[in-house]
Amino acid sequence: MDNFLVNYTLHLADSNLILAQRNAEWCGHGPILEQDIAITNISLDLLGTSRNFYQYAATLINQNIKSAESEAPPLEGFGEASEDALAYLRTEREFKNCLLVEQPNGDWAQTVLRQFFFSAYQFLLYEKLQHSTDEQLTAIAAKALKEVTYHQRWSSEWVIRLGDGTEESHQRMLKAIDELWPYTGELFMPANYELEAGFDVTLLKDDWMKKITAVFEEATLPIPEKTFMHSGGKIGVHTEHLGFILTDLQYVQRAYPNCEW
Amino acid sequence: MLIPDFEQIFQDKIDNEIKIEPKDWMPDAYRKTNIRQISQHAHSEVVGMLPEGNWISRAPSLKRKAILIAKVQDEAGHGLYLYSSAETLGSSRDEMIADLLSGKAKYSSIFNYPSLTWADMGAIGWLVDGAAILNQVMLCRTSYGPYARAMVRICKEESFHQRQGFESLLVLSRGTAEQKAMCQDAINRWWWPSLMMFGPKDSESTNSDQSMKWKIKRKTNDELRQQFIDMIAVQVKVLGMTLPDDKLKWNEERKHYDFGEINWDEFWQVVKGNGPCNKQRLAARNKAHDEGAWVREAAIAYAEKRKTSPNPSKGGALEAA
Repeated sequence: MDNFLVNYTLHLADSNLILAQRNAEWCGHGPILEQDIAITNISLDLLGTSRNFYQYAATLINQNIKSAESEAPPLEGFGEASEDALAYLRTEREFKNCLLVEQPNGDWAQTVLRQFFFSAYQFLLYEKLQHSTDEQLTAIAAKALKEVTYHQRWSSEWVIRLGDGTEESHQRMLKAIDELWPYTGELFMPANYELEAGFDVTLLKDDWMKKITAVFEEATLPIPEKTFMHSGGKIGVHTEHLGFILTDLQYVQRAYPNCEW
Repeated sequence: MLIPDFEQIFQDKIDNEIKIEPKDWMPDAYRKTNIRQISQHAHSEVVGMLPEGNWISRAPSLKRKAILIAKVQDEAGHGLYLYSSAETLGSSRDEMIADLLSGKAKYSSIFNYPSLTWADMGAIGWLVDGAAILNQVMLCRTSYGPYARAMVRICKEESFHQRQGFESLLVLSRGTAEQKAMCQDAINRWWWPSLMMFGPKDSESTNSDQSMKWKIKRKTNDELRQQFIDMIAVQVKVLGMTLPDDKLKWNEERKHYDFGEINWDEFWQVVKGNGPCNKQRLAARNKAHDEGAWVREAAIAYAEKRKTSPNPSKGGALEAA
């Protein structure tokens, strides 16, 4: 079993977990009760998918440790890997999520736009992944695709509603685009482990742009000019936000090590 | 011509266990009492999301995080059913929420206590939901139909929450010394406020008599409180923990547990707004409402535009997703 598959699986898990963590910040604070429930529901879906990926990564790592001819496991310091060890005991530099998902919630415009960008990407990704040669990834992607189909519909409807709602909501969408667009490029810049695992994300870009363009058009929102794109999340070089997210996420496990919860 | 005695017909229905439905005649005071009680109950669900939501980001395992998110989400759902029930009595959700935000309407005082450690999530599930369930099981048979039916559904979910809370404490009670101490501390802090959830003593309660006659309530505050104490006094032994009341003792003659005096000064202080978190809870609800105003306006504006356009396929943003 090769490390690239572990790293690739962790990358998928981390992006799901961090976006779940971000969306859950809305729980109890949404603009209206029905939408509080909707965003929390999406958080729960993403969390569930992250657990599936982490569990698979843990299985792969534990096989690596047991296999004598394998090189050193990619993650030092674990007895037995588990979903919780992978989520709670890795550091900022070990997380491989895309930068987009760790960006702050901002206002509702920024949250729904972040969700739309990411769901549109995940939709295309899982469509491919569900036909991969890896049985586990295939199964996880097929299950997640059903949920992501809803996330994409829900978030695109909000982008349209706010883009074509009031003057204020339109302005807020413009600001959200300005904030988030520079983090969308990374989705399609493959890390080595993605290429080695045989999933070329560059191939998703055109279809993603088509989807974004269609929704933005209906939302009366402009597609930004070509601009500089940030990257680094996939190889563990994050924005300053991630450290704080992990501080929250990992606090109990770090304060009371080696406990059952 | 005989004028029907509406009040008599109404009371006969109550006495014969026939549910009162939205279009039935009912005394104004019955309507008002139900609106007050149901909307307070709805507000309690919504404000109750805050002390637990507080720990979602820090839940100590992915499984616990998923359980907690689902639980808080259930509470939002309960809030929705209850607001809908109250609306059948002619009060709009906007009015009810405005009363919550202005501080005019009350919600359960228990949510004005802070959730300080992870063990509080277990203690809230076990004690707070446990106390709520006793009240809600009774309300499944309340005389107002829509409220009773909402309660049947809510009770199923609440009893699940209570079991999850207990199970979470059970894990702590079998853990390290620090986890055991965390568990005991949470029980110590949540025990007395949970007893206060049943409201003032029967001798002090102003709403009880009429509510019993109308079968809005079927058990008194003191009866429910005793039932709760008897239940928890047994369950706490399974945890190997204690309740913070040295007067707690089985009374063979009464066939109930005796218990110490509740600090009613504290109860009234929290009701009056001086609990540890009253200000923070209301501030959080107001902030969410105020910051969501432009979102709600945009959704309405968009829906209006679609009504007048040839393609009215979208909209409904403010409805359940």
